[in-house]
Amino acid sequence: MTKDFVHQTIKKFNSDSYRLLDMLLDIQQEYGYISKDNISVLAGELNQSEADIGQTITFYHFLRSKPQGKYSIYLNNSIVSKMMGMDKIARQFEKESGIKFGEVTKDGQISLHYTSCIGMSDQEPAAIINEKIFTNLTTFRVKEIVLAMRQGKPVESMYCTNFGGGKNSSPLVESVVRNNIRRSGPLLQLNYVPGQVLQNKVSLMSPDEVISEIKDSHLRGRGGAGFPTGLKWQFCRRAKGARKFIFCNADEGEPGTFKDRVLLTEKPEMVFEGMTVAAYAVGAKEGILYLRYEYKYLETYLKQVLQDLHGKNLLGENISGISGFDFDIRIQYGAGAYICGEESSLIESAEGKRGEPRPRPPFPVEKGYLGYPTIVNNVETLCSTVTILQNGANWYRELGTDESTGTKVLSISGDCLYPGIYELEWGFSINDILEMSGAESTQAVQVGGPSGALVPPSQFNRILCYSDLATGGSLIIFNQTRDLLRDVVMNFTEFFVEESCGSCVPCRNIPALLKKKLEKIQAGDGVREDLKEIEEWSNIMQINRCGLGHTAANPVITSLKNFRKLYEALIQKDVNFDSGIDLSAAVAESCEFVDRIPQL
Amino acid sequence: MSRPIIATTSLAGCFGCHMSFLDIDERILDLIELVEFNKSPIDDIKTFTKDCDIGLIEGGCCNTENIHILKEFRKKCKILISFGECAIMGGLPALRNDISVKECLAEAYLDGISTVNKEEILPNDEELPMILNKVYPCHEVVKMDYHLPGCPPRADLIWDVLHALILGTDVELPYEVVKYD
Repeated sequence: MTKDFVHQTIKKFNSDSYRLLDMLLDIQQEYGYISKDNISVLAGELNQSEADIGQTITFYHFLRSKPQGKYSIYLNNSIVSKMMGMDKIARQFEKESGIKFGEVTKDGQISLHYTSCIGMSDQEPAAIINEKIFTNLTTFRVKEIVLAMRQGKPVESMYCTNFGGGKNSSPLVESVVRNNIRRSGPLLQLNYVPGQVLQNKVSLMSPDEVISEIKDSHLRGRGGAGFPTGLKWQFCRRAKGARKFIFCNADEGEPGTFKDRVLLTEKPEMVFEGMTVAAYAVGAKEGILYLRYEYKYLETYLKQVLQDLHGKNLLGENISGISGFDFDIRIQYGAGAYICGEESSLIESAEGKRGEPRPRPPFPVEKGYLGYPTIVNNVETLCSTVTILQNGANWYRELGTDESTGTKVLSISGDCLYPGIYELEWGFSINDILEMSGAESTQAVQVGGPSGALVPPSQFNRILCYSDLATGGSLIIFNQTRDLLRDVVMNFTEFFVEESCGSCVPCRNIPALLKKKLEKIQAGDGVREDLKEIEEWSNIMQINRCGLGHTAANPVITSLKNFRKLYEALIQKDVNFDSGIDLSAAVAESCEFVDRIPQL
Repeated sequence: MSRPIIATTSLAGCFGCHMSFLDIDERILDLIELVEFNKSPIDDIKTFTKDCDIGLIEGGCCNTENIHILKEFRKKCKILISFGECAIMGGLPALRNDISVKECLAEAYLDGISTVNKEEILPNDEELPMILNKVYPCHEVVKMDYHLPGCPPRADLIWDVLHALILGTDVELPYEVVKYD
C-alpha cells in the first residue's frame, strides 16, 4: 500500500532524479514524513544511494524523516516575530499542547517547530499550520487553535477573522494574510492588463530589440545583488544550448522581506508575463517558478492563473500569435532553505539536490539548470521588465536616480505604525521612510535584512540606491526600547548559523564562533581582545563561495562599526583575558551522573 | 643571558606531539646546550621548581586536572604555546563534544558491549579529576600566545619555532608546515 504511492509518485515524475524534491514533498504530503522504507524505494528506483536521498531530506527544514503531528505548527522565530511577542506565543503553544518545541504530542496530533522568516513580517507573530498561514497570533488565539486541534477540526475552520484584502480573499486563496500595500507605483498599479505587453509590444519587436530596451532602462536585479538585467539576458541569448530555461526566483527568504509574496498575490500575471518576455528575448521554451514552500498556500490560485494564461494564448504555443514562440511555466517548490535564494543554489535545489551554491564560472546564463543556459530573475525584476516594455526605457529612466533607475518595492516592518509594502522610486532617504511609515524614537534600521547593514540615526540621511544603501527591499525598524545586541544581532547571527549550507569552512564555523563571542560579551565576560578577534575573523568570510557566506558576519560587523559603544559598555576594561568558562557549570552534569558533590 | 627554561606537558592528548618533539633527533643535543628543562615528561620533573620562559602544551582540557595544570603553566611560563591539534582545537578527544557527557559515561561504564560492571560502580572518588561537559581547547581556558598546528606538528616546525624563540629570530612558516591536511 505504502510502496504503491511511492512507486506512483516516482512514475509521475518519469523516474527523473532531478525531480527528487517534488517526489519527496508529495510523499511527505501523503504520509506526513519520509520513512526509511520509502527512502529505500526511492534510492532503488532512482539508482541513487540512500545517503544521496537522505542528504537532500536533511538539508531542507520542511522535509522530515520522522513522523510529525497531524497538525504541525511552524512558528516563525525571525526578528520581527520576536519583537512582536513570539516568546509568549511559543510558551502558550507549549503550555496548551503539553510539549516543547521540537516534539510531537504522544497521541501524534500536534508537533511544534520553529522556522526562519516566513515572509509575514508586517503581521507577526505568524505561524504556518499545515501549509495555512496564521498571522497576528495572540495567546488567546493559541488557546483557541490548540483546542480546535484537540477536537480534530480542519485547519481552515480555525480562522476567526475575514480573509485578507485583494486576492487573499479569492476563493482559490482564502487566506487571512493581508497585503498592507501602503504606497503603490508602476508595479502595484491597478491598471495593469495581462498580455498587453506581449500582444502590443513584444509581438512587434525582435528579441534583440527587447533586450536593448531592457538594457536602456538600466534595470538592475531586485533580489539584492543588483546585476544589470539586460546584460544577463544578452549573455543567455548568446549562450549556446539545445534548451534554455527561465527561472523566477520566488524564494524570498531574507528575514523582513515579503514584497514578492504581495506581488505574487496581486500581480501573478505580471510575473508570468515577465518570464514570458524573458523567454522570448533569450529563446527559452521552459520556465520554472521556484516558489518557497512557505507560500504554498498560493498553490491552487497560481495554478489557475497559469491555466487562464494558457486559455488566453499568453502561454503555450505560438504565444500572442508570434509564430514559433512556445513557452510554458511550471511551479517548483523549495522546502525551506534560505540559501536557495542564491541563484546557483536555487538551480541545484530545483535539480533535487542539496541547495549548495555552485562554484562560478560557469555562470547560470551559460550552464544552469540541467547544464543548459538559464536566467534566474527575481519576482520584482520580472515585473519591472513588463512595465519597461509597456512604457518604454526612457519613461523608466525618469524614475529614480541616474544610476538606480525605476522603483523599488520595500518591505517595511518593525517598530512603526504602518508596516507593509511601499513602492518608491530609488533615491529616498531613511528619514523619509521613517516618516512615511510612522516610526518614532528610532534607534536603528536594518537595511537589506540580516545580510545588510544596521544603520544608526547619524546615517539616516543616507539614500536608498545601488551606489549608497543597496537593498533587496527589507527594512526593519528598531526603536529605543530594543536591545540591539541581545535581540537583533544575536537573532541574525543565529539565523546564519542555521542557514549556512556548510560547504565552506569559514561560513560553517565563524558565525557559530561569533555567536559564542556575543554570548560571552552579553554575560559580561568579554574583553577588548574579543572585539579585535570578531573583526579579524569576520574578514575571513570573504573567501566563502557565495553571497550568504560573504555577508553572514555582517550583523556583527556592522553593529560593531555603527554601535561600538554598546559593545564597549559590556566588556571588562581592566582585564586582558577572560575565557568566560564556568567551571562549576562544566562539571555539573558528570558529577550528577556519578553521584558526586563537585569540589572546585 | 642565562639559558631559557622550557616546561612541557600533555593534557588530553596522546603524547604524539611529545614523540614528534623527540623526532628532532640529534638536534636535541643542541637544544639542551641552549635551554634548561623544568617540569616536563622529557626530564621527568613532576612539579615546577622555578619560573619558566616557554611552556609547550599538548592536548586540550577534558577534566579539572587538565584545567588546573594549564592554569599553573600560565602562571609559571612567560610564553605559552598550544602544541598540536588537540591543544588548538580539542582534536580527537573533542569528538565527544556533540554527545552529552552522561551518554559518554553510560557507554563507558554501564552500557558498552565490552563493559563488565555488574555492580554498576561509577568513578566518583574524590581523588579523581572531575570530567568536563566537553573538551575545551587551551585558548578557551587561558590566554595562549602561539599555536603550532599539526597532528602532530612536524619535528622541523617544533625545532624551528623553539630555535627562533630562543634566539629571537624570525621563523619561516611555509604553507606545507601550517596546512590543515
